[in-house]
Amino acid sequence: MCSSPASTPVCALVEPSKVAGRGRNTTLGRFVAQRSGLFGVALLLALLFGAGAGGRLWRYHYDDITAQYSSAPSSQHPMGTDTIGHDVLAQVLRGLQKSMEVAVVAALVSTAAGVVIGGVGGYFGGVAEGLLMRLADVALIIPGIAALAVLAASVQDVPGNWLLIALILSALLWARTARIVRAAVASLREEAFVEAARACGAGPGRIIARHILPGTAGLVITAATLTLATAVQAEAAMTFLGLGITLPDTSLGRLVAVGAQSATTRPWLFYFPGLMIVVVVVATNFVGDALRRALDRRADVGSALGP
Amino acid sequence: MVLVALSSVVVFALVAAAGDPTASLRLDPDISTAQLASRRHELHLDEPVAARYIRWVAGVGRGDLGRSLDGRPVRALLWARLQVTLRMVVAGSLLGLAGAVLLGAWSAHRPYSWTDHGIAVMALIVLSVPVFWLGAMLKWYVAFGVNRVAGHRILATLGEADPNLAGGLLTRLGNYASHLALPTFALAAVLAGAWSRYLRASMLEVLGHDHIRAARARGVPEWRLTLGHALGNAVGPFATLVAVDFAQVLGGVVVLERVFGWHGMGELLIDGVMASDVNVVLAWLLVTASLVVMANLLADVLLARLDPRVRLGRAV
Repeated sequence: MCSSPASTPVCALVEPSKVAGRGRNTTLGRFVAQRSGLFGVALLLALLFGAGAGGRLWRYHYDDITAQYSSAPSSQHPMGTDTIGHDVLAQVLRGLQKSMEVAVVAALVSTAAGVVIGGVGGYFGGVAEGLLMRLADVALIIPGIAALAVLAASVQDVPGNWLLIALILSALLWARTARIVRAAVASLREEAFVEAARACGAGPGRIIARHILPGTAGLVITAATLTLATAVQAEAAMTFLGLGITLPDTSLGRLVAVGAQSATTRPWLFYFPGLMIVVVVVATNFVGDALRRALDRRADVGSALGP
Repeated sequence: MVLVALSSVVVFALVAAAGDPTASLRLDPDISTAQLASRRHELHLDEPVAARYIRWVAGVGRGDLGRSLDGRPVRALLWARLQVTLRMVVAGSLLGLAGAVLLGAWSAHRPYSWTDHGIAVMALIVLSVPVFWLGAMLKWYVAFGVNRVAGHRILATLGEADPNLAGGLLTRLGNYASHLALPTFALAAVLAGAWSRYLRASMLEVLGHDHIRAARARGVPEWRLTLGHALGNAVGPFATLVAVDFAQVLGGVVVLERVFGWHGMGELLIDGVMASDVNVVLAWLLVTASLVVMANLLADVLLARLDPRVRLGRAV
């Protein structure tokens, strides 16, 4: 009867949650207990490996022009070739590398900015908090795509602009992290151990960095993971609109944009790069989601992909 | 408000610095320097950026948003484009909301069941698919398939309506609907994916409370617990979330308009940005930011109406 818990009232009373527990009480234990998280980690590692070394291992270089042009996927070319004869798998691996570089830089920079801004705002409160959080509000009110478009248009003529694109993405993505960190810091600020540190003469910088921020590490790691997924999608969307990565670089979004022009005649040019984006985002979301659930003591507030 | 004003300064400076609207004229050998100078004077490009910004602000104060680079009044341009875009926004949001409530309530009604897991997987997939890719898939494969099977065009894939559309009201509405169907579906799918997860989580939280246990013990039927107690309590915060997400909805619309070749706000923005058309870009931001703020106010009012614990002016 209790095979599907919570489907009947009695079971719901006895067994309020299936997600937490399994007898594990450490964060790592709870993370490992969720197969989706482990699966996501494995997938993400494989993708990072493919992005980093795949281009060198695969039998074609992205510049190689083969004799088979416009050929459908085959054992020779698992993802087919484009109109010139480039191997699509080699292209996708190269695009994956650039997309990952942009997303990782954007996630790191925006998380760092979010932690500093949220930490300062949450600890000091008052005017600083008000000002910084209104700034975050503006970043959330303006449709991200518009701000990105305006900023990205100004770096369109810069060759090799991927680093700039990554920084532009982080200028938009920090706000969410900052809000999360601010809320956590504002509640930790009132704890006794912070008061003790203050009584010992520790300055605000030291208290924030050594006493408060470690307590928010879990939240920050989770936010960074989810930011990574957002960054991959945002970069792809920007590049699709013609406002992101420019030649000679390529990214998954660019490959989709180019492939979409021949979606009916050579569909493999269009769906393989797109599928790769989906796989990256799914893997990252799996990890982020499992992290969140592992860190959340209240166990059942959120399942996959709540806000 | 101060910061919105401040950010308009930043945007103005950025767009002004980003590109020169007369760059193409410069390259044209048939354009004399005198013509170039008069064009620059006409666009006030010969003035410092600060003076141009003050001119723009003064114009906005009078309700004048200036003219675009090709000389059309921005206000009329925006108004026309807004009507097109709002079709997609309204239809997509409503469909997305309906889907979210349906799926979220079902998931919370039977948590950890087969359907719940199925919905979770579906939501995950939809959220991981880039919206432009989803749109293009619908356009190239679904629409072509459906139209081929039907033998004539049911789902239009290009534009917001047929050009030179004539005919009675019903013909026109039918034509709009045929153009609306696919982008609306793409938008609604993404929104329903995200919102249904949130609704499920907050409904489950309500269902874990003691008063639900008491109601269950009293013999209140399960469906009334889900729909009456849980959904009723979760709807307030949900409205807030939807309003906050409104900015992202507008962002998704920009991309979908590009995929489906709509002549709406999205196209206006991208063209404006590409051409460094300061007036158009700023007016765009002004209108969308106001829309987002209005959506948030609406959500606050709605929250106060729906939830007697919240009073306007005190808690919000």
